[in-house]
Amino acid sequence: MGILEVRDLVVTVEGKKILKGISLSLEKGKIHALMGPNGSGKSTLAFALAGHPDYLIEEGRIFLNSEDITKLPPHERARRGLFLGFQYPPEVEGVRLREFLRLAAANCHEPFCEFQKLYLESLAYFRMDELGERELNVGFSGGEKKRSELLQMRVLRPKVALLDEPDSGVDVDGLRLIAAGIEEAARLGTAVLLITHYPRILEHLPISKVFVLDDGHIVREGGPELAWEIERSGYEAVRG
Amino acid sequence: MKRTSVGLTAELIEEISREKGEPRWMLEHRLRALEIFRELPMPRFGPDLSEVDFSDISYYLRTVEPVGSWEELPEEIRRTFEELGLPEAERKALAGLGAQVDSEVVYRSILEEVRAQGVIFEPMEEALKNHPDLVREHFMKVIPPEDNKFAALHGAVWSGGTFVWVPEGVEVAIPLQAYFRMQTQGVGQFEHTLIVAEPGSSVHYIEGCSAPRYTKAALHSGMVEIVVKEGAHVRFTTIQNWSRNVYNLNNKRAVAYAGATMDWVSGSLGSKVTMLYPSTILAGKGAKTENLSFSFARNGQWLDLGAKAIHLAPDTSSRLVSRSVVQGKAKSVFRGKLYVAPEAKGAKGHVECSTLLLSPEAETETIPTLDVRNHEVEVGHEATVGRVSRDQLFYLMSRGLDEAEALSLIINGFVSPILKEIPFEYAVELKRLLEMSFAEAIG
Repeated sequence: MGILEVRDLVVTVEGKKILKGISLSLEKGKIHALMGPNGSGKSTLAFALAGHPDYLIEEGRIFLNSEDITKLPPHERARRGLFLGFQYPPEVEGVRLREFLRLAAANCHEPFCEFQKLYLESLAYFRMDELGERELNVGFSGGEKKRSELLQMRVLRPKVALLDEPDSGVDVDGLRLIAAGIEEAARLGTAVLLITHYPRILEHLPISKVFVLDDGHIVREGGPELAWEIERSGYEAVRG
Repeated sequence: MKRTSVGLTAELIEEISREKGEPRWMLEHRLRALEIFRELPMPRFGPDLSEVDFSDISYYLRTVEPVGSWEELPEEIRRTFEELGLPEAERKALAGLGAQVDSEVVYRSILEEVRAQGVIFEPMEEALKNHPDLVREHFMKVIPPEDNKFAALHGAVWSGGTFVWVPEGVEVAIPLQAYFRMQTQGVGQFEHTLIVAEPGSSVHYIEGCSAPRYTKAALHSGMVEIVVKEGAHVRFTTIQNWSRNVYNLNNKRAVAYAGATMDWVSGSLGSKVTMLYPSTILAGKGAKTENLSFSFARNGQWLDLGAKAIHLAPDTSSRLVSRSVVQGKAKSVFRGKLYVAPEAKGAKGHVECSTLLLSPEAETETIPTLDVRNHEVEVGHEATVGRVSRDQLFYLMSRGLDEAEALSLIINGFVSPILKEIPFEYAVELKRLLEMSFAEAIG
C-alpha cells in the first residue's frame, strides 16, 4: 500500500461532477507526475485531497499512511503530513511568512529550534532571504510565490506533497531551483505528486510514474516515457 | 464618599465647583457651558442616543480619597488595578501614571528625572490650583463648549483628568499613562485632559479605560485638548475598553503649529456606543498629523469613529488610516474628513479605511468628506470592505492551522498596520484584550 491511496474518488464542485472515479497510489520517496489538459480536473484533485470545503467528496476514500482521512478537515490532514503547494497562493496581508510558518511548523510538531534552523537554511536554499520578513505572498512575483510554496514544503517536511503547477510562470533559473527542491524532498522520503501540463520540468527530475487525467478520469498510467509521448504527440494521442 | 444628587442643574454645577474649591472663572465657565448645553441639539448623525437620560446620571462621585501609594487604596479597587497591570507597568517603564476612579484622580506618580526636566503631570484640579494661568490660557480653547452638545456638557460637569506641560526642548523619553475606571453604577465620567507641548518638545501619552458591566446605561464624555507648539511632537494613544453598557461620546482635538507633529492612535474595543473623531488643526506651515485607528465591533455595538485633519497652512500633511473588524450584529462607521483651506498650498492628505466583516449581519459604512479649497494639493481617499476569504482560510488550514488560529492570524494581520504602532509593553492589558476580542470574534 502506498503512503497515499486514493480509491474511486468522485468529487463535485458547485453541484458539477469534476472527478468521476479516480484511483491512484503514491510511493514514499518517489516523484509522480499528474498531467492532463486544462480543465481535466488536476487542481480539483489536489484541492479535494487537501480537504477544501468547496470540493465535495461524493464517493471514494483517501488513505494517508493507512489512515482514512476522507472526512478530516484540512488542518488535520496537514498535521498528519499532507502538503498542498498552491498554484495560486492567496495573499495574506499583515502576516509575515516567518510567523505564519512558525505556527504551521508548531502544529506539525516541529520544535522551535529546529524550525528556526530549517527556516533560515531554506530561505537561503530558495534564494529568498529578502522575502523572509515580508507579508505572506503580498507583492510576491509569480516565481517568488512558487519558491515560497516550496520553501514551506521544505520546512514542514510532509509525508506527501501535492504540488500544483510549481513550474508555471517560473524562469529557467527558478525552475532549476524548484526541481532541486522537489528532488531533495523525495530523497528525504516525501511522496510527491507533481501536477503540470508541461513536460519541461520533468526533464530535470527522476519521475517514477506518470498519471494522465482527462475529463475526470485517469486515462493512462505509465513510466516517464509517457511524458515524452505527450511532449511529442499531445494529449489527443495518449487518450485511451 | 462624596456624591452629588442625580440630574443636571445650576445648583449641581455650583456644588461640584465648591467641592473642588475652584476659582470664580471656572465656575462661570461651567455655568456658561450649561446654558450652551441646554440650547444645543443632540447630534443629527450617527447612533441612536435616546437611551442617554441626562436627568438620570450622577455627575460627580468621589469614591475614594486620593492616596500616595497603591497599598492605601481600598482592597477592591487596588485589586482591579493590579489585575489591569497598572502597578507593574508603572514599575517597569512609565514616566508617570495617573489613575482615576469615577470622578477623581486617586493615584498619581511621576518619575523624579521627568519632574526634574520641568515636566508637569498633575490631575486637572491640582493643576488649576498650582498653575492657574497656564490652565486658564488653554482650557477649552481648542474645543469651546459651543462646538457641540457633548463638549458643552463636558464643560459644565468635567471632573478629573490630567494636565501635562512639557517645557521647550524637553523630550520625555518614555510614555506617560492615564487610566480611567468607572467603578460605580449610574455615575458618569467626564475627565479633562489638556496637554501643552512647548516648542521642540516631545511626549507620548497613553490612556486606557474600563468599567465593570452594569445593566443601566452609563455615560462617558471625556475631552482631550492638545497644543503642539512649533516643532514639537505629541503622540496620543487610547485603548478603549468600556463595558458594553457605556455610551462613550468624546471630544478630542489638537492644534499643531509650524513644523509640529501630532499623532493619534486609537484602539476601540469596548462600549455600547462610541462617537469618537480625533481631529488635528494643522495651523502652522509644515505641520503634520497621522491618525491611526483600529476597532473591533461585536454583537450589539455601534462604533462610530472617524478622524479629521483641518489644513489651514501651507505644506501641511495628514494621513488618516482606519482598520475595522465587525462581528455579529454590530456596526462600524468611519468618517474621514479632510478640509484644505485656500491658503494651505502644497498640502497633502490621505484617507484610507478598510473593514473586515466576520458575519453576514455585520454592518459598515465609510463616509469620506474631502473639502479642498485650493488646487495645489495632493489628496486621496481609499476605502475597502472585505470578508475573510475562504481561499485564505483554506490556505492557512492546509498548513495545519485550525480554523480559529487561521482566522485569528488573518484578523491580526488585517489590523497589524495600526497595532505595530502601539508599544505593547506600555499599553497595559492590550495583549490580553486583543486575545479576548479575537476569541470572541471567532466564536
